[in-house]
Amino acid sequence: MRLKVTNVSKSFGDQAVLRQVNLELERVHTLALIGPSGGGKSTLLRIIAGLEKPDEGQISLNDKGITFREKELMAHRRSIGTVFQAYNLFPHLTALQNITLPLEKVHHYEPAEARQLAGEILERFQLSEHSHKSPAQLSGGQRQRVAIARAVSIKPKLLLFDEPTSALDPEMTAEVLQLIEELREEGRDLMIVTHQMGFAHRIADQIALLSGGRIAELGPPSQVLEEPRSEVTRQFLAKILKY
Amino acid sequence: MAGDKWINWVWVSADERAKPRPPVVLIFNWLLAFLLLALLCFFSFSQLRYNWNWDTVGGYSNFFWRGWLNTLRISSLALVLSTVIGFLAALARRSGLLVLRAISRLYVELVRGTPLLVQISFAFYVVADAFHFENRFAVGLFTLSLFSGAFISEIIRGGIESIGSSQLESARAIGLTRLQTYRYVIFPQAIRVILPALAGMFANLIKDSSLLSVISIEEFTWNAQQVSALTYSNFECYIPLAIGYLVLTLPITLWTQWLEKRTRYET
Repeated sequence: MRLKVTNVSKSFGDQAVLRQVNLELERVHTLALIGPSGGGKSTLLRIIAGLEKPDEGQISLNDKGITFREKELMAHRRSIGTVFQAYNLFPHLTALQNITLPLEKVHHYEPAEARQLAGEILERFQLSEHSHKSPAQLSGGQRQRVAIARAVSIKPKLLLFDEPTSALDPEMTAEVLQLIEELREEGRDLMIVTHQMGFAHRIADQIALLSGGRIAELGPPSQVLEEPRSEVTRQFLAKILKY
Repeated sequence: MAGDKWINWVWVSADERAKPRPPVVLIFNWLLAFLLLALLCFFSFSQLRYNWNWDTVGGYSNFFWRGWLNTLRISSLALVLSTVIGFLAALARRSGLLVLRAISRLYVELVRGTPLLVQISFAFYVVADAFHFENRFAVGLFTLSLFSGAFISEIIRGGIESIGSSQLESARAIGLTRLQTYRYVIFPQAIRVILPALAGMFANLIKDSSLLSVISIEEFTWNAQQVSALTYSNFECYIPLAIGYLVLTLPITLWTQWLEKRTRYET
């Protein structure tokens, strides 16, 4: 992906969450956003996902500027796959129907076509036996994998993950992270907000550390995590590595 | 275990209340309840100096029958109409157009806060009269539907608002339009919350329709009152009246309870 974030600011009430954020990425497949809670990483991801409008600034993705008007944002969201922390799935639909709903209603697939595609993806993700279960019958890890299957099924130009494993126990976290890693190996473009430093190190081409609404450091994982240049990064890492 | 001690037939200790009771014990206690009620009725009526006149009233049975059918007809139509009104009012309450929100709020609060009797009289003697509209049935049906619709709109609004914001966020993220979000995400989930309450509302609606007798709509209550006046009898008319309403409302109440139970198990 090519991503250019220019002077993006965002406040909620009088709380400034992003302050004049600038970010430029050329030919990066995987970007990990890390940093302390409230540092602005989720907000930046949500703005790129088209779920939130910045107060000022521009964003362009693959040389195409994002227009922050509801109609254009809808089209933008439809071209992107977003996976949240939890509760992504619709509880009244089966795993399969959760995937076919956007395929049919948003991307205009024929029902049979949508079912076939959804079935193929569930099979690839080793979820076939669960395709007719409701979310309540699935484990947390399975639910997240179905949510990822839904995001992937629309052939998105970018996959966004907002702390996809924060609500999971360690074993389930592993199965979800493994799936995300597989997607990376397929050469997809990913952007992930995470607290899993080991995982970020493993999959990211670039890591951006956000703190206090600014990007404190941007670079390849080995640099940001092992030889941080900024004091903010050093403090953050010292704090989380202590326990 | 039920037969061990006589106390087990009538009393469950606190730590055993979650357990199911043996059927014989249940039946025994239901019969006991009916017996107590029967005793109360028997005693009250035995104290009453009253010349029962069932034969004369019995001659007017087709009056009752016709009224009962009319009540069933009005209530069914009003249920459909009030659901539509309630639905629109609930949507208006969430509309982006602020005046619609205000209108919806005003409607709900005015209607819920005033007696149906006043609303019916006002609608017929003032509003309908001003427009020279004389169809009692239509005025009655519309007023009853408006009344019921106010409660139904709150039921529907509650159902819609029971859907968590994370669901709306998911719907937005996958690119559903607002209309699609209602159609495919909100309503299929909200209906489980709405349906039991709606069914209970229908039972109320049937009883409330009796007030339409004040503008001489020939429903069940009005017909019973006519027979009462013609035959100079009271209880011979009111007892069949009570039973006639119970026949309509009891199945609905039981259905409501079944729906509530089912919703509880699913979540």
